[in-house]
Amino acid sequence: MIEIKDLHKSYKMGSNSLHVLKGINFKVEEGELVAIMGSSGSGKSTLLNILGMLDGADSGEYTLDGVPIKNLSETKAAQYRNKFLGFIFQSFNLINYKSALENVALPLYYQKVPRKERQEKAMKYLERVGLKPWADHLPSELSGGQKQRVAIARAMAAEPKVLLADEPTGALDSTTSYEVMDLIQKINDDGNTILVVTHEEDIAHMCKRIVHLKDGVIVEDKKVEQVRAEQYV
Amino acid sequence: MWLFDKDLWIEIFHTLGKNMLRTFLTMLGVIFAMIILVLLLGSANGMSNGFNKLFAGTASNSLFVWGQSTSEPYKGFERGRRIRYKLEDADILKKQIPEIEVLAPRIELGNHRGVVTVYRNGQTSGSAVYGDFPEIDNITKKKLVEGRFLNQTDIEGSKKVCVIGEETYKLLFDKGEKAIGEDIRINGIYFSVVGIYKPNNNINIDGENAVFIPFTTFQKAFNSGDRMGWMAIAVEERTPVPVVEKQIKDILKLKYDIHPDDERAIGSFDLSEIFNNITAFTTVLKGFSFFVGIFTLLAGVIAISNILLITVKERTQEIGVRRALGATPKIVKRQIVLEAIVLTAFAGLVGFAIAVGILSILDAMFGSGDDFPFVKPMISVSQFIVSFVLMVGLSVLIGLLPANRAVRIKPIDALREE
Ligand SMILES: Nc1ncnc2c1ncn2[C@@H]1O[C@H](COP(=O)(O)OP(=O)(O)OP(=O)(O)O)[C@@H](O)[C@H]1O
Ligand SMILES: [Mg+2]
Repeated sequence: MIEIKDLHKSYKMGSNSLHVLKGINFKVEEGELVAIMGSSGSGKSTLLNILGMLDGADSGEYTLDGVPIKNLSETKAAQYRNKFLGFIFQSFNLINYKSALENVALPLYYQKVPRKERQEKAMKYLERVGLKPWADHLPSELSGGQKQRVAIARAMAAEPKVLLADEPTGALDSTTSYEVMDLIQKINDDGNTILVVTHEEDIAHMCKRIVHLKDGVIVEDKKVEQVRAEQYV
Repeated sequence: MWLFDKDLWIEIFHTLGKNMLRTFLTMLGVIFAMIILVLLLGSANGMSNGFNKLFAGTASNSLFVWGQSTSEPYKGFERGRRIRYKLEDADILKKQIPEIEVLAPRIELGNHRGVVTVYRNGQTSGSAVYGDFPEIDNITKKKLVEGRFLNQTDIEGSKKVCVIGEETYKLLFDKGEKAIGEDIRINGIYFSVVGIYKPNNNINIDGENAVFIPFTTFQKAFNSGDRMGWMAIAVEERTPVPVVEKQIKDILKLKYDIHPDDERAIGSFDLSEIFNNITAFTTVLKGFSFFVGIFTLLAGVIAISNILLITVKERTQEIGVRRALGATPKIVKRQIVLEAIVLTAFAGLVGFAIAVGILSILDAMFGSGDDFPFVKPMISVSQFIVSFVLMVGLSVLIGLLPANRAVRIKPIDALREE
């Protein structure tokens, strides 16, 4: 599903240049649930942003579902993001003046799905994350966990090939974190490919594979026995 | 076609509607600008209409021609010879100059601008006495307070009737006394009053103290033969008066053996000059109003752009999210430009409605007054369309500024901003 080869990325700051990713090679098959770990500043977010086409790599190859991702125009990138990827952010990034339902429906709007179908689909995904009764609520009226569930529903709504989650539980307490992970596991059970950046060991062990980043390279890549989050909620 | 994309409009109205206060504040500038523009233009139009009303009934493209004394000797004639026209001149001029629409010959008793004593029941007035054709009414319309003006029947029958000025009436009659049908005496001849006119408070050519009698009656009563004192001439709309004026003078100079360079022998007054000045004044006024108004509008639209720029900054994260979710730069730009257009157009309409309300009130207050030239202060449909198109056009241009700002930030940077 995802294949990257010798990926490099550095940030230029004035005359200095910070080499963040120093040759990443890695492959993700369809249906995997991968945790990306590493200390702060190790380049996890940078990697995920490049995978999410929100940022470009300096060199290296990136193929997503057989499509080479290279030198994309901003328009093309937006279209690919819309078609291939769903994002879940640490800070939820819901649009604050739109209701939960409208937030979930937004990627479908950019997919040009007709309005009625959009609403129905959005409602279906809200129901899946257990927030159907909250459909008309604004983000400010939701708890952190609920907001993240809306964000997950939104990421799912466009039915992307890959879900990218950057510290989805970073702003949540442990119980809520497990609820969110439970949801992510269930989505993965349905066959969706998911990448989760996390700091927390327990969250990482709820995935099926853990990739360790250190100083811009992968130092460890192992399959793990998945811990089900269900038992904690 | 995206213009008819219902979802797009829902998205825009949704965004604007969910941020009511911001939307309203953004619109204030354009609302005020539109009010100022419409008020200025409307007032200028009101003044223009006011002048038109004031001069209604006066043929603006017209002139008067009378005889004076020569100032150059010519063909054996000495200088200082008095020029006296004949009635046949009227027909000659009309025949030779097709641009003349109306030519009303006139003759007056006594010298030019002379005054004659008019008697009635022991009361007297020193009035100007004119012999006229009814056509004169097509050039300087008399506002009649009572009765009628001279007509063709009066001319054909050489009837001994007259139309008198309000001032003359006051001198000859007691207050409230009935004048129509009463006789007045001029040079021992009695004339029956058929009408009283009120002075125009615009261009007052005949004065208020005057008596008008049919030309033919004048000829018989005062033995004027085929003499003609002066001519009131209305010229066809598209021909400038000075052109016809020159033709007339050339013909008359030839006929009466006047030196071609003699400027004094023939007196004339070009009425269109006054109207041209007034038209120029109102045109400048309108142009100025439009100019000021459009600049105010520009300022208003710039204010919208400015606020949109600020909100784009506020919305950086939102725009980042939208782009992460698949909004292309084109879609983001289009939405912001359309927000600018919708805001401007709506604000423009609100301002327009308010201004029209104010103009209606002004019209109700001053519009019917006679002395102040301010009638139907309202902007024309074409003025409205021009200002509206200009305003929306500006808003497109100016909406592009925040729109470009919005897509210049990379989505990743937009998302990182907190
Ligand atoms: N836009 C940027 N400009 C300059 N430097 C950047 C930029 N983004 C990230 N960096 C730097 O790149 C390095 C890697 O950042 P990154 O966000 O990928 O780390 P991370 O592994 O996600 O860390 P954390 O766990 O704290 O989120 C850091 O040193 C960071 O300061
Ligand atoms: Mg990070």
